[in-house]
Formats: sequence, structure tokens, C-alpha cells
Amino acid sequence: MVAFILSRLLQAIPVLLVVGFIAYAMFAFVGDPVTIMLGQDFTEAQRLQLVHQLGLDQPFYLQYARFMWAAAHGEFGISYRLARPVSDLILERLPATAELALTAAALALAIGVPMGVYTGIRSNGLLARAFMIFSLVGVSLPTFLIGILLILVFSVALGWLPSFGRGDVVHFSHWSSGFFTISGLRSLVLPAITLGMFQMTLIMRLVRSEMLEVLRSDYVKFARARGLTERAINFGHALKNTLVPVITIVGLQIGGLLGFSIVTETVFQWPGMGLLLVQSIGVADIPVMSAYLLLIALVFVIINLIVDLLYYAVDPRLRIDRQALTGGR
Amino acid sequence: MALLEVERLSVEFPTRRGALRALEEVSFTIEAGEVLGVVGESGAGKSVTGAAIIGLLEPPGRIAGGEVRLAGARIDDLPRERMRPIRGRQIGAIFQDPLTTLNPLYSVGRQLVETIETHLRLSDRDARARAIRWLEEVGIPAARQRIDGYPHEFSGGMRQRVVIALALCAEPRLVIADEPTTALDVSIQAQIIGLLKRLTREHNTAVMLVTHDMGVIAETADRVAVMYAGRIVEIGPVRAVVKQPAHPYTEGLMGSIPSLAHRVERLRQIDGAMPRLDAIPAGCAFNPRCPRVFARCREARPELAAAGETRAACWLYEGARPDG
Amino acid sequence: MSQTLPRRGGMLARAWDSDFLYSFRRSPVAAAAALVLAVVVVGAVFCRWLAPHDPFDLVSLNLMDSFKPPLFVGADAEWSFPLGTDDQGRDVLSGILYGTRISLLVGALAIGFALVVGITFGLVAGYVGGVVDSLLMRIADIQLTFPAILIALLVDGIVQAVLPRSFHEQTALYVLVFAIGIARWPQFARTVRGSTLVERNKEYVMAARVIGRSSWKIMTGHILPNVLGPVLVIATLNLGLAILDEATLSFLGVGLPPTQPSLGTLIRIGNDFLFSGEWWVTIFPGITLAVLVLSINLLGDWLRDALNPRLR
Repeated sequence: MVAFILSRLLQAIPVLLVVGFIAYAMFAFVGDPVTIMLGQDFTEAQRLQLVHQLGLDQPFYLQYARFMWAAAHGEFGISYRLARPVSDLILERLPATAELALTAAALALAIGVPMGVYTGIRSNGLLARAFMIFSLVGVSLPTFLIGILLILVFSVALGWLPSFGRGDVVHFSHWSSGFFTISGLRSLVLPAITLGMFQMTLIMRLVRSEMLEVLRSDYVKFARARGLTERAINFGHALKNTLVPVITIVGLQIGGLLGFSIVTETVFQWPGMGLLLVQSIGVADIPVMSAYLLLIALVFVIINLIVDLLYYAVDPRLRIDRQALTGGR
Repeated sequence: MALLEVERLSVEFPTRRGALRALEEVSFTIEAGEVLGVVGESGAGKSVTGAAIIGLLEPPGRIAGGEVRLAGARIDDLPRERMRPIRGRQIGAIFQDPLTTLNPLYSVGRQLVETIETHLRLSDRDARARAIRWLEEVGIPAARQRIDGYPHEFSGGMRQRVVIALALCAEPRLVIADEPTTALDVSIQAQIIGLLKRLTREHNTAVMLVTHDMGVIAETADRVAVMYAGRIVEIGPVRAVVKQPAHPYTEGLMGSIPSLAHRVERLRQIDGAMPRLDAIPAGCAFNPRCPRVFARCREARPELAAAGETRAACWLYEGARPDG
Repeated sequence: MSQTLPRRGGMLARAWDSDFLYSFRRSPVAAAAALVLAVVVVGAVFCRWLAPHDPFDLVSLNLMDSFKPPLFVGADAEWSFPLGTDDQGRDVLSGILYGTRISLLVGALAIGFALVVGITFGLVAGYVGGVVDSLLMRIADIQLTFPAILIALLVDGIVQAVLPRSFHEQTALYVLVFAIGIARWPQFARTVRGSTLVERNKEYVMAARVIGRSSWKIMTGHILPNVLGPVLVIATLNLGLAILDEATLSFLGVGLPPTQPSLGTLIRIGNDFLFSGEWWVTIFPGITLAVLVLSINLLGDWLRDALNPRLR
């Protein structure tokens, strides 16, 4: 098991290095930080001083190393647009995005998996078909459109829920949470549904199709031939075998939430990292962009690791690999 | 009254080009404790027969006529929930590929225990003890340790032994074994067949042994039914069918088996191939390939009639009544 | 009573009779989706002739026409602006027609690009194997762990940061095609590689090698036709996704500019007026987008089921 984790971590390092290189390359080859930071009038002496300060006169692999070293310590430079340290900006915005993503993920799983199981077992009922149509629509609508429609109905027409901002937040040392206030929770509803919708329908369709596959398999046929109850077959054999491949994809899809959070935050003016990124791209604020890139890579590596671990816990066939790797107990 | 009576069973698969008859008025019986072999080429309808009996025909296949009776009571028209307790407890099944037949994520013990507990009222402990005993019966060494193992940790032959244990652990009266040895190495095949024979003799379980391997039938079965294009063309005691086949198709089958005892210049083969389900000839399905065909064969389909020690569906034999 | 069933002669009749088109005829959903898609595509392709106004002709715009509501909704609706107008007096319907054309164009070109790159890499990786295979698939895997939209966004951002500002508007379309294509090639590559691996070991390939055909000819002439089936399904499904990608990027403001608006751009422009009550500026393009992608997805679903040998 330890060997497993170690091998996975080792595989993750090249990924981080490559992404880091891309992030660094953005700095090195795009735009001229000197001009951006000093403006139009500067003397040669000032330019040389800044160049030396930023380390731009070093060979590029040294710069890359410095960049990665600083990144590992959480220093990503100063935002061109806001003139504040990027790490501060990110820390400020992180709780908002994290809470939104978490809520959306919980929603997507809590609704998507049961819906998928239900439509897998009863594929021809009326309710099942309704679910299928709903899921098709959910996959076809872009996230921002869902957000706009929800705003139209619940904010403009009905006035029940707020359409922008995060409501009141409670601060715990470095973290700010919207979970503990009524207005915070109310503000969370529409964005969370918007963000989670695509994932929810994707999960539902995935679970359903896996379920259908599994229910046609030989071992389910044999289970039927042994007279096992429908319940034992559906929720025992079928469900367990369905969930195993679903775990990977679900894990990776949760990562997709981080991508779509950008859109949702834009629609609802949610003060998270996504909104920060969009604003940065508009003005080519490289430090923020590269920091975001690295952070996303890190998050994905972690998610992949967790998914691998889950897979390992659930599928006994994988444990043989360990024995081969370590040569026995 | 026989344990299993199949009377004029027909199975069809509706397609958009019309319904394909996979089984055409198949009739046979199996007595308690006897082994009936069902032999024929691929696609002759052997597996479909087994599936229809146990009620596991894959949709859109459906029973289009006839009856299946278990100990006198009809089972082909039972609703799903009434049929379920019969499966496993009265009729068991063994399928071909032990690797895909066992759920890879469940331990062997768990699959056994759940089957036992579904049909017999036993505590967890007793069910587990019984499961271990069954593993020992089918010849799994160190059963007590291996009961919690997963299917992929067993070899192919061991897996099929587990499948046999699973099929028999609820003590059914009849077991349908569909090509139980086809997926195994030749050296293992004999062991598995021997095991099946011994266990079913011991528990007085009837067996419907479906296979295309005539050698297995000759060794194991009491009676044998030969199937062709969804019909039974000959049925009778094994010795009689093998030594003195009455139906020309059976004759062809027997003649095409190489034998160490006799020296032959060429293996006899039957020209042509079994017809596809959507192109079954009128009259006797075998007539285009039959070396002894005559006019009547093309007109009407023969029923099983007495022919020496067996019964054959062939116009060569008196009393092969035309279908009306 | 023979059971031989009659077959109609002629190639067209046989094609009509084939399982493929049969499944199409039998599925009212697929047929409806195809119809809707056809209508949308025709509308987009012939927009120049179909649109009542030219939304890019700045001269013809009249601020007095701004914010006209759609027909049957408001008192001052006009027949010449059936779906209403925006804040500059541009006709929403014409905008939708032109916008759909651009959305379709970007989506199709992006998928085309992803196909070319993905198929090439997949074929080479699967056929050559070894280090090349490992390398290419590693890159694909790493890229696949990130959501495509994110990659498209970042590529788009980087390229736009590199290009001088004055070029942004003219090159927006090509930049988008490139960004989305880059984001979506790995899936095609993986599928093609998998199929290539299977085909490579088949006898007809070995025969071709024995004869001495060049690797390139084997890959394109023999293997390629056989791996196209699943690729087609993925291409259809990804087409819808690519269109959504473009719409999203345009909505975020980093896609197509208002001078060459796609449906996403139109939605973004209209979003500002949602609260003041002029909902039509954003909703109608939104509905069009949804209908377009929905019909593509339905067709893609049907295609996948029709081509799946196990479901037949």
C-alpha cells in the first residue's frame, strides 16, 4: 500500500514539473514584466535594477528553478493588475470557490448517483424516461445559460433568491465561510445548482449506462440462475460493480467543477478564484494566470491520488499488483 | 411422472424481418437422478433450451408455445417472483466461462453464503460452515482459508469447481450444465466432468448436460438428445445412439469422430452447414444435406418415432407422424 | 413453409433496409433531432439571404429601434423585428442567424482540427508503439486530467497575451479554433490509439507488411478506415461540447467579439439587460444554442447506440 502511494506520487512529480514549466514559460516569453511594472518612462539604470531584482539576467533554467522554489513556498509574485501579492489574492478567494465547489459536488453526487441507479434498473418506466430527458437537457445546456435561466426565474421573476455575491460571511482566522449565515446559504443555492447541474447529469448518465452494462453481464445472469432476490442483484452485485469504474470518472469530473466554477462565478459575480482568473486573462495578468495553472495542477494531482486510493480499496483485483510490487507481505 | 417434462416447447426471437424460431416443438423428459446429454452443433438451440427451462431467455426471445413442467407443475408461465425461488433451489445452472460467471468483486465465500441463505433458513455461521463443506466437496484444498479468496485468485479449473459448488449448494433436483468444460484445458475437463458425475450421483441430482463434445456425453450421460436447427432429431439411451444411430444426422456425427479403435482412411463429414435461423428448409430441416433424402422429407416435418432402441424424427421410420 | 425472407434488390433499397438506417427510422427522437438540426444548419448557412437585417451594417442601425420587444409580447413590437432588438437597435433574429453560423463554424473547425491532430497522434502512437506511444499517451493523459474548458481558456489567454492587441478581433475566430482544438484532441487520440493497437495485430496488417507496404500506407489505407467508427461517435458528441466551449469562452469575454458575435457573445451582451426587463436579447440566443446542442447530442446518442454491435 505504501509502495502504491509512493509510485503514484512519483508519477505525479513530472506532471507538476511540466505544468510548472509552462507556467514559468508564460512569465518568460509573454509580455515584458519590466515595461508593465515600470510604465513608460524609466531610465536604463532603473531597468537594470529591476531586471536584476527580478532575476531576469540569470540563465533560464536558474530562473525556472527559482520560480518553482518560490511557488513551492507559496510565492507567486505580484499581480500586474492589482499590484498585490498573488498569494494573498488567492487565499482571499479560495474559501469562496472551495465552498461553492464542495456544495455543487455534494449535490451532483447525492442526486446523480441515485437517479442513475434508478434509471438503470427501471429503464422503461415513465419516471425513468423523464429523468433521461432531464439529463439530456442538462448536458446540452451550457453552464452559464443554466445560471442565467435560474436567475431569470428565481431572482428576477420570483425574487426568492439573490443573484450575485456571497451574502454575509463568517470569518475563522484565514477562512471565510458562507455556511453559517442565512444570507450566505441563500446566496449559495443558485450558484451551487448551476455549477453542479452539468456534473449531476453526467454522473447520472454514466451510472445508468454502467448499470445497464453490468446487468447484462454473465455474473448477474448466474446470480439470477441461483435465484438471488432482485434486491440482492440490483443493490448488491450490480451496484458494487457499477460503482467501481464510476469512481474514477466521478473523481475526475469533480475536477471539472474547478473549470466550470469560472463560468458560474462570472454569472453570479461570486468572489472566488475563477472570477479572479477571468479578470486576469482579460488583461494578461500573467502572475495570476500562472499561479492558477500551478494550483489547478496540484489540485488535480491530489484528486487523482485520492481516486487511485479509492479504487484500490474497492477493487480486490488491484491488490495483486501490490504483491507483485513488494514481493509478498 | 418424470422430474422434468418439456412438451412441444417453441421459442422464437421476433425481429423486424419476422420471428425467428430458435426452438421448434421440442419435447423430452428427464427422470430424477438421470443425466440427459444434449448435443449438437453451435446454434442448434441447446443453450436456448436450457435458458427457456430456467426462465432466463434473453429478451426479445420468448416462449412461443408448449409447456415446461417440474414434478408435474407448470413452470414456464410463472410470474417472475414465483419463478425465482425455483431457480437455485429446484433447478440449478452451470455456465460455460467460470471467469465471467463469478462476480470479481465478491469473495467466493460471500457468493456461496448468499446463495445458501437465500434458499435455506440458516444462520450466518451455519451457512458459512456449509459453504466451507461444499468447497471441500468440490475439491478445493484448504477450503477454510480459501473461502474468503476472490475469483481471480483461483485457477480456471478451481473456478469451475466453485461454480459447481454454487450451483449445487442449495441442493437442487435438476442442474442444467451448459458447456461446463468448453472453456477449460483438456486435462482439467476430465476432472470437472468426473466431479460433476460424482456429486450428482451422490445427491441424486438430475443433470441436463449441454455440450458439443460427444466424448463427454458418451462417458457421462444416461440418455442423449441430438439437436439440429432447433429440433430434437434423435433421443435415446447413450449406448444405442452412439453405437446404432437411427437418424442420418446422428450417423454423420458419430462417423465424423476420430477413433483410436478403428482405422479409417478419411473422416466422414457431412456436406453443407446447419441452416441459419432465417433460412430453415421446409419439411425436415436436415433434408438438403441428408444422404438418404426422398420426396416426403421436403414436404413435411417428421416427429419423433420409435426407431430401434431410440426415437428419431425421420421419415425413414414408420409412424413418424406428419405435423398437422 | 419456408422461412426464407425476401430481400429487396438495389443498393439504395438495401441501404434503406440496413440496420443502421432502420434504427434511424424507428427512432422518432433521432429523426426529430435530425430535422431540427437541419433547419438550424440551413438557417445558419443561408443567413445572408434569410436574415431580415444585416446586423453588422452600422449604417442601417437606428437607435430609435432599440429595445423593441418580440412579437406578441410588447405593445411596440414590429414585424420586421420578430424577436425584438437589443440596445443598439440590432435585430435579434438576424443576430441569431449570423451568430449560429459562427458558432457552428468554430465548433466544426475546432473538432476538425482536433480530429486531424488526434487521429494522427493516435495512429502513430498505436502503430509505432514503444517510446513514442508512451510519450504521446502521457501527454494526452496529463491533458485529460484537466477539463477541456480550462485548457481552452488558458490557451486562448496565452495566445491573446502574445498577440498584439490590434490583432485580437480579426484573429479571434482562429485563436478559438486552435484553443478548443488543442483542448479536445486527446480523446480522439486515445480512441484511435486503442483501435489501432487492436487492428495492428490482425492478419491483414501483417499481410500488408509482409508484402512490403510502407508503414504510412498501412496506417492510412488499412487501419484508418477500420478505426473510424467509434471516432465518428466521439466526434459528434464532441461537436456539441466544442460549440458549448466556444459559447462559454465568448460569454466570458475572451471569445468572439461583438463585431463578429457568436451565440455566446450575444448571450453575454444580453445578460446586462436581464434585470431591466429586456429578457429577449439574451434568452432567444440562449434557446437557439440549447436547441442546437441538444439536437447534436441526441443524434450523437442515437449514433452511438446504432453503431454499438453489442446492442444489436
